[in-house]
Amino acid sequence: MTEGLPDDLEAVIGLEIHVQLSTETKMFCGCSLSFGDPPNTHTCPVCLAHPGVLPVPNRRAIEYAIQIALALGCEVAPRSIFHRKNYFYPDNPKAYQISQYDVPLASAGELANVRIHRAHLEEDAAKMVHIGESGRIQGSSGSLVDFNRAGTPLVEIVTEPDIRSASEAREWGQLLRETVRQLGVSDVNMEEGSLRCDANVSIRPRGSSELGTKTELKNMNSFRFLEKGITAELDRQAGLVASGERVVQETLHFDPGTGALHPLRSKEEAHDYRYLPEPDLVPLAPDSAMLEEARKSLPELPEAKAKRYRDELGIPEAPAELLSVRAELAGFLEAMLAAEPDLEPRVAANWLTGEFAAELRRKGDPDLSEVPVEAAALASLASMAQAKKISHGTAKDLLTRMVDDGIDPVAVVTEEDLGQLSDSSELEAIVEKVVEENPGPAEEVQAGNEKAIGALVGAVMKETGGRADGGEVNRILRQALGLG
Amino acid sequence: MAGEPLGMLSACATGEAIGSGELDGAECLAFWAERAGDETLNAYLWTGPDDGGQRIAGAPVAVKDIFCTEGLPTTAGSRILDGYAPPFDATAVTRLRAAGLPVLGKTNMDEFAMGSSNENSAYGPVLNPWDRTRVPGGSSGGSAAAVAAGAAPWALGTDTGGSIRQPAALCGIVGLKPTYGAVSRFGMIAFASSLDQCGTFGHSVADAAELLSVVEGLDPRDSTSTGIPGGLSRPTASDLEGITVGVPRNFLEVGVEQGVADRFAEALKTVERLGGTIRDIELPHAELGISAYYVIAPAEASTNLSRYDGVRYGLRVPADDLVEMYERTRGEGFGPEVKRRIMLGTYALSSGYYDQYYGTAQKVRTLIVRDFEAAFSEVDLIATPTTPGVAFELGAKTSDPWSMYLNDLFTVPMSLAGIPAISIPAGLAAPPEGGPQLPVGLQLAAPAFAEQALIESAHALEAAIGFDERPEGGGDS
Ligand SMILES: [Zn+2]
Repeated sequence: MTEGLPDDLEAVIGLEIHVQLSTETKMFCGCSLSFGDPPNTHTCPVCLAHPGVLPVPNRRAIEYAIQIALALGCEVAPRSIFHRKNYFYPDNPKAYQISQYDVPLASAGELANVRIHRAHLEEDAAKMVHIGESGRIQGSSGSLVDFNRAGTPLVEIVTEPDIRSASEAREWGQLLRETVRQLGVSDVNMEEGSLRCDANVSIRPRGSSELGTKTELKNMNSFRFLEKGITAELDRQAGLVASGERVVQETLHFDPGTGALHPLRSKEEAHDYRYLPEPDLVPLAPDSAMLEEARKSLPELPEAKAKRYRDELGIPEAPAELLSVRAELAGFLEAMLAAEPDLEPRVAANWLTGEFAAELRRKGDPDLSEVPVEAAALASLASMAQAKKISHGTAKDLLTRMVDDGIDPVAVVTEEDLGQLSDSSELEAIVEKVVEENPGPAEEVQAGNEKAIGALVGAVMKETGGRADGGEVNRILRQALGLG
Repeated sequence: MAGEPLGMLSACATGEAIGSGELDGAECLAFWAERAGDETLNAYLWTGPDDGGQRIAGAPVAVKDIFCTEGLPTTAGSRILDGYAPPFDATAVTRLRAAGLPVLGKTNMDEFAMGSSNENSAYGPVLNPWDRTRVPGGSSGGSAAAVAAGAAPWALGTDTGGSIRQPAALCGIVGLKPTYGAVSRFGMIAFASSLDQCGTFGHSVADAAELLSVVEGLDPRDSTSTGIPGGLSRPTASDLEGITVGVPRNFLEVGVEQGVADRFAEALKTVERLGGTIRDIELPHAELGISAYYVIAPAEASTNLSRYDGVRYGLRVPADDLVEMYERTRGEGFGPEVKRRIMLGTYALSSGYYDQYYGTAQKVRTLIVRDFEAAFSEVDLIATPTTPGVAFELGAKTSDPWSMYLNDLFTVPMSLAGIPAISIPAGLAAPPEGGPQLPVGLQLAAPAFAEQALIESAHALEAAIGFDERPEGGGDS
């Protein structure tokens, strides 16, 4: 449900996401991409917009953009057009950005019930640093421009206003990020700016199909801030409506430190971009081989993977979702199932996302490659537990040792005789002994206090070194006490 | 060549003489460098020469200052690029160097190629070598005047709406504009990207064609370049047997000076004398060309010239804030004609007017393309006078942009259609108000990439017309 909105109002949210592609070189010149290198060390006459230079499109960037388009279920235009988007600013060396306008590369897609309006290719601007306290150009004593980023390939993804709450915006954004990450076409690092998200936010009476006046929240650098920013903006808009005022269309900047929303100066946004078909470039017409290649290179993406895990493998909703967005864990799962064909996917997934994930957290969430546990070893462990060859407690202890010391669980079970007591006569003898040695709790149980059985179960488990199955112990105890 | 003065030797023959060892390349370059250095028409903005220590295999080339030349001043005739020396060569210049043709100098031009008289240069007008009170045409006026005056053996120019053909006509030399895409535009400072095309000047069709064959070719740095399929070979035709030449009579009714009309009529008779056939054709939308051109070209120019903002190179006029810096830099850096076109183009692209202006102009352009396609289904070539009149006096049209724009009436349609066209001298004529005998140009146009056919016919006609006049003080004086 929408956070904080009165019941008669509904949030209407659309997202605009910019993804920097992780190509070797820039969109229209041969300069290598960089992050964190000294300023203006990745430049050439083309990305500095010297007189007479011309753009040459980066084939790899087009391939990556097509992969994103296909992953989002979009239609790829047979012939899309580059446009010039004109505005003066020092971060925009040509004073126009090469982008796409009325015929974008991709349109009409859908991801997790949010429709994709369009996705198109464009180039990034340079980075500016303003000298002075505010960090803004107004009132600064000077500005510096670093053109390393200028011309980095970007894919802009625009959704339809299909999102209905701030938390849904965050979750959907995270799914999109994972989807793009798993394509391997971007670092999708929001802090470094390789994924940037703007939100268009409006409210309307619940049940209405009209769109209210929207505001644009710019450049949220995490999905947590996106959620907070949208929540704050929905509150603000609802407050305006409640006091009989109108929402004014404007662009807002969210300050995550203070939680405040600042309007950007209208002068900064009042642009007539004077779009013009880019005469220096021919239309972008991917051939069928290029499309086929892109289609073939698509991995199974989170949405489809979660569905398959649920529907075909019978993995419960929560672990299925978690595995679908964590490609590394999902790969681990597949390897476990391949190693132990009899291991139930549900059991494997529970071990992986439950006890194993907890062990990883204990270790500070290292990369799986840094953990000395092979998928096959974890599968053996889960199999032994599934077949009740070892008790759950034994399995948990073994897992801790696997993560710490890389032990082989099968070998250790044999060496240390940790196999579950499957011989019930042996267990019966132990139970008899325990009941004899603990007359107090035994009598309490027999007097009707069933809770007192816990002390006896604990004593049996201690006697067996944790090798007994809890359920079995309970059964035999109850029998011995005449509760059967 | 033995005994022939170097200045009268054709550029092609010069290359052959250097190739055979009859002529020393360095000596040849020194000769032309002295000629270029001595010229007094303001045709050059910079003279070198710049041999770059390379092998010299042919006659040096005067290069319009719109081409980037590594480490050499490149201004495009504008104050805003005063002192700018690009860190790279234009592809056309790279090809010259690779062919052993040194850059003789950088020639004066209308600022950013916007003009038809060369009076829009920030560095002063170029004078017409036939009459120093008259304009040489533009925008490649420096290149045309330098070749006509014997201050360069041949030259590179650019043509956006007539900027090679018109000055070639007004200076009495050959100007060749190839099909759009024939020569890479990389490093050629953009005026109107969908129209700009590099072309050549020479005293003969063979020279102009030879220079074009050096610079044409597909270039991976220009996505719109194609080169000329099959390349170009030296023209050899001596007649026009089997060639049909179309004449768009209706289009030619308006405002052609009598002297120009007479030379044109004689040229058509020469076509027939050479065995060619003249056929009247229609180009119904050609007369709308100027109007469409003066929307499309300024629109593209308005965005192409936005990069001159004082931030990275060229002129910067300091100011207290960013917007004022932009305004003062561009206010002082650009001349009046450039500002006029930036304003026209900005208006034409602005929200709400795009369809009305740019969209409509593009539709007209498409109609003109179809006009030519229809015409070329019936004829091999189309002939017109290159310009409605001969060279006019300096200042005569500067206060009336529209009359200036009409100079390009007959050359603009070919630019809009992207097809090749050539201007060759058709004789001399006096201006209507009386005065000296001045050159008249004959324009021939051909279908896209039919350059070879175009130069063959132009070569045959050139020989039959036999124009061998040179301006006083030009040639080998
Ligand atoms: Zn670059």
